[in-house]
Amino acid sequence: MKVTLRIQRYNPERDSEPYYQEFIVEAGDDKERILDLLHQVKWKYDGTLTFRRSCAHGVCGSDGLRINGRNRLACSTLLRDVNYKKPIVIEPLPSIPIIKDLVVDMSDFYKKYEAVKPYLVNKSPAPEHERIQSNEDAEMLFESAKCILCGCCTTSCPSSWSDENYIGPAALLKAYRFVFDTRDEAADERLDIVDTPDGIWRCHTIFNCVEACPKDINLTWHISQLKKRVAEREM
Amino acid sequence: MINHQYDVIIIGAGGAGLRAALEIPEGFSCAVLSKVFPTRSHTGAAQGGIGAALGNEEEDSWEWHMFDTVKGSDYLGDQDAIEIMAKDAIRAIIELEHMGMPFSRTPEGKIAQRRFGGHTRPEVPEDPDSKRVAVKRSCYSADRTGHVMLHTLYENCLKQQVHFYSEYFVTDLVMSGKSCAGVVAMDMATSEVHVFHAKAVMLATGGYGRVFRITSNAHVGTGDGFSFVYNNGLPLQDMEFVQFHPTGLWKLGILISEAARGEGGILLNNKGERFMERYAPSVKDLAPRDMVSRAIITEIREGRGFKGSDGTSYVHLDVSHLPKEVIDEKIPEITGFARTYLGVEPTKEPIPIQPTAHYAMGGIPTTADAEVIRDKKGTRVPGLYAAGEAACVSVHGANRLGTNSLLDIIVFGRRGGKAIAEFIKEAEFAPLPADAADRTLAKIDRLMNSKGKEKAGALRTELQEKMMEKVGVFRNAKDLADMTVEIKTLRDRYQEVSIDDKGKIFNTDLVEAIELGNLIDTAEPIIHGALVREESRGAHSREDFPKRDDKKWLKHTLIFKTDDKPKIDYRPVSITRFQPKERKY
Ligand SMILES: Cc1cc2nc3c(=O)[nH]c(=O)nc-3n(C[C@H](O)[C@H](O)[C@H](O)COP(=O)(O)OP(=O)(O)OC[C@H]3O[C@@H](n4cnc5c(N)ncnc54)[C@H](O)[C@@H]3O)c2cc1C
Ligand code: SF4
Ligand code: SF4
Ligand code: FES
Repeated sequence: MKVTLRIQRYNPERDSEPYYQEFIVEAGDDKERILDLLHQVKWKYDGTLTFRRSCAHGVCGSDGLRINGRNRLACSTLLRDVNYKKPIVIEPLPSIPIIKDLVVDMSDFYKKYEAVKPYLVNKSPAPEHERIQSNEDAEMLFESAKCILCGCCTTSCPSSWSDENYIGPAALLKAYRFVFDTRDEAADERLDIVDTPDGIWRCHTIFNCVEACPKDINLTWHISQLKKRVAEREM
Repeated sequence: MINHQYDVIIIGAGGAGLRAALEIPEGFSCAVLSKVFPTRSHTGAAQGGIGAALGNEEEDSWEWHMFDTVKGSDYLGDQDAIEIMAKDAIRAIIELEHMGMPFSRTPEGKIAQRRFGGHTRPEVPEDPDSKRVAVKRSCYSADRTGHVMLHTLYENCLKQQVHFYSEYFVTDLVMSGKSCAGVVAMDMATSEVHVFHAKAVMLATGGYGRVFRITSNAHVGTGDGFSFVYNNGLPLQDMEFVQFHPTGLWKLGILISEAARGEGGILLNNKGERFMERYAPSVKDLAPRDMVSRAIITEIREGRGFKGSDGTSYVHLDVSHLPKEVIDEKIPEITGFARTYLGVEPTKEPIPIQPTAHYAMGGIPTTADAEVIRDKKGTRVPGLYAAGEAACVSVHGANRLGTNSLLDIIVFGRRGGKAIAEFIKEAEFAPLPADAADRTLAKIDRLMNSKGKEKAGALRTELQEKMMEKVGVFRNAKDLADMTVEIKTLRDRYQEVSIDDKGKIFNTDLVEAIELGNLIDTAEPIIHGALVREESRGAHSREDFPKRDDKKWLKHTLIFKTDDKPKIDYRPVSITRFQPKERKY
């Protein structure tokens, strides 16, 4: 069957602003990945079409895009997940600078991720064996540890759109990942970093991020746990 | 052109490269170059686990782990190196845990372990000759073990302030006489060529799965590191040994980890028979990968497979009898893949699977300290190191056991890092040749200006399809001889590739065209290695030579590029504790 992709294009060497271009591609059935269709365009019709990708099954976080107005991974979105009777609109993740076509500049996203000290801090002498942690405590971390840093959440967040200093849901999720790790000793430092107007308090529980996350992570819940922890600390 | 100088350059930010970087002491400069942002490296795709005889769930010992690895390798693995790995495994896992890696846990709060193909213990622990049964040796974090390991290593690199050049695409090594003096790379954001002058270079560039049509590997798994070495007159080792993982999702090749069978999943043919009972009566569905892949292809060839709409055939992997908690807690990610990509509900129906190109057992030959060697005598290449899937130590021999690669990358990544840390204390910078970047500049220039008729995408598909058809699970002299001609033609046609994108900013058209050259460079030694090795061992299965032949072939293949056809040489295998025996499960 034939499907139309309406792709946002922008090459800073040539274009003064982004524009849309339509390509008609051939799909075997409705289980084709959007990523495969983008490849079809690139490999068959127009080698200049530019996008990132690597794993092709939703584990590396390279191909977060805006597909029919919703942030998702091109490799985990199948034709049957969208209305393909009409042109499928494919755009780069919103609200961050475009480098070329669908490739965006993630440096601010990474900077905010680094700001929460995204690593285990434990200065106590390590035992000879593993540090003991209950499976329940370990599983408290698993959902947050699933994050693939794709940027779908933060770039869908209205608070991020209106406040460029807002640290954003992905970085807050990472803060949770370590604050709630029973092996970590730097919870206070991290809570200081997120307990600011541009930190957890900028989140107004709008849930856009949750809807956008391709790994089904409930970001809002994790952010609310951080808020609770901060409140407990003040008691 | 931009020049840099670092004591150490590491190419690759997967598990091997990151682990090595953590060993470079303060006071020395080190940079890690990666063509993708570090956490997008393919280590993150590993699912099932990492092997170590912790004995947290069942009695275990590193000797049993060593024996399984040797036997799994069909006796081609070097036993001195395997001993190092099996012993160091326990320390290495504890270290990852201390670094913050989140693991699934036992009721006592220790690292949880599960069964995995080819990992066994004697049924009666006091009697080493008693029947071997599957053992819980794979340390895991649900089915996202590689993902959390990669993130943990990257996090520790941030903590240690390791310097990264992300989206820098390395195109060549810089050789200075017999030493390595650095690397050439292209900044993808600008297409600017950079030369990095270094005392020591480590190749941690991962595998080459994309040589084949059906693969579990990422699009960026294009064998770049193999190509750099091969084109600089250095040998590759045991390239004929390609692991086909038995359970890739039909059509897509996406991996369904052995963890699915470790947790109790079984393979069924079109008669509903659990056919592995016939091929490996004792461990059945948990036999090593080479055996299970051959069993699946044999079932299909004998008419007991299912015919897919795309013309290819598959068998079933059934987990529907497992308790829902096991599916949701132990293998959520992989059952999710079946749902997302094939629309199959694994709690109710079987998953269509077929073998998928998965892992490079062969690669850049190294010592157990990751030092690259240049000949059968083991002469070192000063300043050049390799670790991870790109390297061939060799701990996997003719067939790798599941969970042993994540282990390999952290054990030998660390050892390589330590060896480099020693080396740079004394070493001087080898002189940087004036023409260091010439080959890269010429390549870029040719591709950017070519008006040739060939397109990289179409040529790549042709290569991948032919490799799948003729250099797959079963091989024979005729197909392989055909492929030696075919690959020459493909190489000639590659000279005629032209690209559409003539721009400088993020030119992935150019990058992909260069990667295609690397794929062709990598396919050539795989084909020639497979043709000369007239025996069947591990993953290399010759229909015309169905038996293992230890008299003639208990040796490593070394393969060198020449202007004519590749030159072949051999190296002995290290045999210390275990004499070769017939491999039965
Ligand atoms: C789906 C899947 C599941 C797996 N599951 C398991 C498992 O459960 N247990 C297990 O033990 N093993 C498993 N494996 C195998 C294991 O994950 C890999 O062999 C291992 O992670 C390889 O690590 P690496 O560091 O060598 O390479 P990679 O992680 O592949 O990293 C390669 C790095 O090199 C960089 N690079 C490559 N070429 C260039 C270039 N030209 N310029 C710049 N940078 C470059 C890349 O950007 C990347 O950073 C699995 C493999 C796959 C594909
Ligand atoms: S819940 Fe918070 S973080 Fe998520 S979109 Fe809303 S404001 Fe942003
Ligand atoms: S939380 Fe989800 S959407 Fe956000 S970066 Fe992580 S994986 Fe992507
Ligand atoms: S390509 Fe890796 S997440 Fe889509």
